[in-house]
Amino acid sequence: MLSNEEVAQTIIQQFGDAVSDFDDPFDLLTVSVTREQVIPLIQYLKEQPSYQISFLTDITGVHYPDSSGREFCVVYHLHSFINNFRVRVKVYLSKDDLHVPTATKLYLSANWMERETFDLFGIIFDGHPDLRRILNMEEMDYHPMRKEYPLEDATREDKIDALFGR
Amino acid sequence: MTTDELDIATKTNVPARNDETPVQYVNELTTLNLGPTHPATHGIFQNILQMDGEKIVSGEQTIGYIHRAFEKIAERRPFYQITTLTDRMNYCSSPINNMGWHMTVEKLLGIEVPKRAQYIRVIMMELARIADHLICNGILGVDTGAFTGFLYLFEERENIYEIYEEVCGARLTTNMGRIGGMERDLSPTAIRKIKEFLVRYPKVLREFENLFNRNRIFMDRTVDVGGISAERALSYGFTGPNLRAAGVDYDVRVMNPYSSYQDFEFDIPVGQSGDTYDRFMVRNEEMWQSLRIIEQAINNLPEGPYYADAPQYYLPPKQEVYKNMEALIYHFKIVMGEIDAPVGEVYHAVEGGNGELGFYLISDGGRAPYRLHFRRPCFIYYQAFPEMCVGSTLSDAIVTMSSLNVIAGELDA
Repeated sequence: MLSNEEVAQTIIQQFGDAVSDFDDPFDLLTVSVTREQVIPLIQYLKEQPSYQISFLTDITGVHYPDSSGREFCVVYHLHSFINNFRVRVKVYLSKDDLHVPTATKLYLSANWMERETFDLFGIIFDGHPDLRRILNMEEMDYHPMRKEYPLEDATREDKIDALFGR
Repeated sequence: MTTDELDIATKTNVPARNDETPVQYVNELTTLNLGPTHPATHGIFQNILQMDGEKIVSGEQTIGYIHRAFEKIAERRPFYQITTLTDRMNYCSSPINNMGWHMTVEKLLGIEVPKRAQYIRVIMMELARIADHLICNGILGVDTGAFTGFLYLFEERENIYEIYEEVCGARLTTNMGRIGGMERDLSPTAIRKIKEFLVRYPKVLREFENLFNRNRIFMDRTVDVGGISAERALSYGFTGPNLRAAGVDYDVRVMNPYSSYQDFEFDIPVGQSGDTYDRFMVRNEEMWQSLRIIEQAINNLPEGPYYADAPQYYLPPKQEVYKNMEALIYHFKIVMGEIDAPVGEVYHAVEGGNGELGFYLISDGGRAPYRLHFRRPCFIYYQAFPEMCVGSTLSDAIVTMSSLNVIAGELDA
């Protein structure tokens, strides 16, 4: 069985300053990585023979409008069937430069996951073979999962945000 | 079909009679819209196929026709109200979605659910898996031209839905269970119905298998149709029966047991070639295994409470609300969604009807999730469909799509 510390140590040795923010909420190793090193990191985890973290479970995005310079986050969930080990890899992006390299060259499944993330958040995956909207219609000119589009009509005054915990 | 064959099929010049110039047949492709409301798609999604005669040259999917923005809606809802959103994803096996969501929240809150509730959940999840697989396999029969097996199985789905009704009051969009356990204990009627089902269903399933498993026509239609190798299936993110049909024995219930699955003995069936026939057989065998699990769970159902001691999240009994101040306060706070969840980041996966159903939940300490993402197995593996059907005939593509069990609700969220 792989331990979180062991994998974290190897990643630090291999990638040095490019990786940061190690954490393991609910026993799931979480690591942040720079945009340049994200694909090398995923490839390293996939090809390292003792890890074989070679299944891409999920790609999604998160929007943090209040943290300046790190407004958007792309989250990758990776899984090793051999070792039953999961890793969460995060890439933080600034809202002025929403580019991240595509993972489609490593995983075919990344295709639609990245399209969905683009559709909902507007994050551009460089090198993606077919980066179009997938769930929403093509004519749509905004990315609906961003926090600046609140679900309810912002002009309504009878609904107070605090009551809904936001 | 290889490109050489394609060339032969399309570029053959028919020799001219007499002294006329030879007739040149140009390679002309037909565009076929399969869907969005085609009866064979079993849901609302579109495949734009380029057809060369009866053969498929390329395919492209358009999805999103029933996209309901669940992830966005969930950012405004208290946790207990999100259960109703999960119902509407894979509506063939809603209880699995419900339980998966409850377990995600329980993981975030650190609630330990009593054994009895876990066993009841296992029973309901396995019933849901049977309901899911029997629809898929029954419809696969219909798509290959055999209606009878579908009718046999569908009667049993009705019985499963009656058990749902007895347990939670609803049939399709079940909203079953609560954060912290079940909303009520299994009634004697429910136990009787489950036990009756365990006696009746094997007979029906055996009859169904007798009709299909070695049926010449069925095998001709499904063997070596829509196959995918294990390597490609993994790269495409297949999970669940479709991945196991390709020969990879990945099952969340075994690898990361949740809700006491480690207490039960069951096998994980795997196929070899990943074709339609293997997918059919894997699903059939999984129904037998689900029956085994239900039998073990109902016979060893532990005594004890059916909900956790988590007054902040689990609605108190109604009698208490009228007599007891704390109960009244919690009742009010829960219903109004005024409970603050702790800060945290959780990924929890359950084995859904179609594969790994994941819930990625980020809580910022508010009353609704900061971000909730559903890993929907259908959405991820359906992108392999063009690869699986290119070169085959249209009728084979229909069978392939049917055996993939693409549920539009789960596809679009």
